[in-house]
Amino acid sequence: MKVTFRIWRQDTPAVAGSFVNYEVDGLNEDMSFLEALDQLNEELVLKGEKVVAFEYDCREGICGQCGVFINGRAHGPHNNITTCQLHMRSFQDGDTIVIEPWRAEAFPIIKDLIVDRSAFDRIVEQGGYISAKTGTAPEANAIPIGKEIADRAMDAAACIGCGACVATCKNASAALFTAAKINHLNALPQGQPEAHRRVKDMTAQMTAEGFGHCTFTGACEVECPEGISITNIAEMKSRAFKAWLLG
Amino acid sequence: MKLNAKIPEGKLEEKWRNYQINSQLINPANKKKLNIIVVGSGLSGAGAAATLAELGYDVQCFCYQDSARRAHSVAAQGGINAAKNYQHDGDSVWRMFYDTLKGGDFRSREANTYRLAELSAPLIDHFTQQGVPFAREYGGVLVNRSFGGVQVQRTFYARGQTGQQLLLAAYSQLYKMIRARKVTMHTRTEMLDLVVVDGKAKGIIARNLVTGAIERYAADAVVLATGGYSRVFRLSTLAIGCNGSAIWKAHKKGAYFAAPSFTQIHPTALPQSSEAQSKLTLMSESLRNDGRIWVPKQKGDQRKANDIPEEERDYYLERRYPSFGNLAPRDIASRAAKERIDAGHGVGRLRNAVYLDFKHAIERLGLETIKDRYGNLFKMHKKITGVDAYQEPMQISPAAHFSMGGLWVDYELMTTIPGLYAVGECNFSDHGANRLGANSLLQASVDGYFILPNTINNYLATEMKNGTVDTDHPAFAEAEEEVINDIDRILAIDGNKTVDHFHRELGKVMWQECAMSRNKAGLEKALTKIKQIRTDFWTEVKVTGSKDELNTELEKALRLADFIELGLLMCTDALQREESCGAHFREEYQTEEGEALRVDEDYSYVSAWEYVGEGGFELHREPLQFEYVQPSVRSYK
Repeated sequence: MKVTFRIWRQDTPAVAGSFVNYEVDGLNEDMSFLEALDQLNEELVLKGEKVVAFEYDCREGICGQCGVFINGRAHGPHNNITTCQLHMRSFQDGDTIVIEPWRAEAFPIIKDLIVDRSAFDRIVEQGGYISAKTGTAPEANAIPIGKEIADRAMDAAACIGCGACVATCKNASAALFTAAKINHLNALPQGQPEAHRRVKDMTAQMTAEGFGHCTFTGACEVECPEGISITNIAEMKSRAFKAWLLG
Repeated sequence: MKLNAKIPEGKLEEKWRNYQINSQLINPANKKKLNIIVVGSGLSGAGAAATLAELGYDVQCFCYQDSARRAHSVAAQGGINAAKNYQHDGDSVWRMFYDTLKGGDFRSREANTYRLAELSAPLIDHFTQQGVPFAREYGGVLVNRSFGGVQVQRTFYARGQTGQQLLLAAYSQLYKMIRARKVTMHTRTEMLDLVVVDGKAKGIIARNLVTGAIERYAADAVVLATGGYSRVFRLSTLAIGCNGSAIWKAHKKGAYFAAPSFTQIHPTALPQSSEAQSKLTLMSESLRNDGRIWVPKQKGDQRKANDIPEEERDYYLERRYPSFGNLAPRDIASRAAKERIDAGHGVGRLRNAVYLDFKHAIERLGLETIKDRYGNLFKMHKKITGVDAYQEPMQISPAAHFSMGGLWVDYELMTTIPGLYAVGECNFSDHGANRLGANSLLQASVDGYFILPNTINNYLATEMKNGTVDTDHPAFAEAEEEVINDIDRILAIDGNKTVDHFHRELGKVMWQECAMSRNKAGLEKALTKIKQIRTDFWTEVKVTGSKDELNTELEKALRLADFIELGLLMCTDALQREESCGAHFREEYQTEEGEALRVDEDYSYVSAWEYVGEGGFELHREPLQFEYVQPSVRSYK
């Protein structure tokens, strides 16, 4: 299998980038997309060229570190997967595959396909936790939590922080990411004491980081590898309203 | 040096309490003057960093990833064990301690293993309070399931994403303390050397992975929480960036390395499909609760799985281990799979897999129950393989997974370098020669949250009187120079082979000779081959780009250089231990039925290796004393 990768190359944030074409031959359908990029990089090394910088770690769809735009879609042609879960069998022999980094003002580029997503960490820093010190916990079954609530919290908590929701959104909104964390914690009884403060602080940080507003197009939930629903955003909005009223 | 494990006095169940009563404390006013470095931000690292900061210490935490949330604890799927006895099925701290000790084939310390079991129950309380959405019954109480090697239900889980949920809890606590200005987080920063001053750990040299800058960090104590090193096999269930460099550098600076060759090969990963493959994806062991493992009775059977009638299927685990069946411990399940595959019964395109079948479970429990229990695992399986496991069985195969070995630590989790601690998978402590499923998240968490924050004070209380060292100390300049020299040397080689080429070579040797089955001749051959790989690497590797920029090839090269040396130590250790125990299976030492044969008279000790320069290692022995449990032949039949 032979394809042409058309890849965004940019050495540093300070210099202009451009697309460069690379032909790669000898691929097979069972290879993952990232393994095909590995092969390209090995070929580049042997030619004495700098490798394409791209991110990955677990390569099993859970760490959230990989993520590029492939042919105009976050994480490639399928719904609800990560880039590392994409395989070459999804492409045809002879295809040209365009690869770009996530594009969002709040995710500045570092090099080639790598962007800085630390804005997500700073949103979490503003209340994406329960303020309880190690050593202070009551017995685990002392507070019963119904299965429906636990399941709902888990659905939201599944977010892997990859940033596809932001990258695919026309407004580069981080509403789905932020809502997922807020709804996970605010759904649980343990999260109640800080519920209002959490919504206010985290959404304020989201805005401060330069993410855009949500206009409910639903683009994010299509690309989210965990399939987190945009109803989470509606829930966050109602929580924010409640926090404004009561908090 | 004589190894002193510092096991506290008293009865087994009183040791941890006795330790805490007798350890030195530091008053809060002094704690804030003390600086602790934590390398690694996984479950043990983030847990330790957050808790130390809550106690008042100043903490600097490092990770090579772009965020602390990426650490590979995130990938643990199945669960975390705790002796809560919520299921009323006869569980207790004692039984959990015994299961763990036996699971490890009696090659771990009684006192450490007991403490692990003892602290497991409060850990579930802790994580529940932190908002971990553990699975619940309709009535609101926590659910449990079984894992390999035990006959009770003590595993807590959050769908198939337990590791992710625990890590996110630790990560969010870490960020809580970052907000409180008690932790400084250094992401995209990799430790490249340890700084030792007057025999004590006083800092690290690290590389900023974005700018390439070599940076010095001083501290009053250094905690390594850098995870496992099974990427030495290249193909493993680990993240691509997981590496052994931090502990290897510490080893070269004087920290003993314990049981380096004890590596767990997990029985239920997806099989390798091509040479280009970079990783093996794990399918959670929890699947063995309801899935049945089998191969065709007929060798080389070409029929599709669903076309093979029941009577022509060999459920070999149920046949060989009737009382544990499909829930036999991992080392045993992996070896049994290897035995069937080697005997010609393997399935799949490369004949390197066995079936994991849910047909009976679906018939018995209904599709909805199976979906509820394993839905996301089946979904993941479909994404990767294209196969719908509700319709036909999964194909699974053994893969390198967990390092029971690691830096030698005493009861306080301190290495042989005073002031240097190792927590989580990068130490050797609690699992002996084989780790039980769902004990890994447990150990990482207990080490980081509960143990280290209660032992580090015992060192710092005395050490703080000696004053602090800053980065102007000559030891920092010296370590920094070594790091820069190594980097320059690698970049100057300009050979004709890639880093991955050498990693594949190393991986093949290690997998062939130092994985599920080992023998003297093979290990000797491996040592020769790895030395050759080392020579070739240092003369033929090619790394493009410079050191003053983000350079992923350079990062890989530096990690591989350490893996090659670590591979030598692993083979040396496997060769020296002339017995079979747990995951360490020496072909020369087996029973007539092919089970591991321990040689307690000669090998009932922890092997702790000292680096003596130029790839030489000297063995020190820490005898294992069993006061409460009599080591028996480990049987799961």
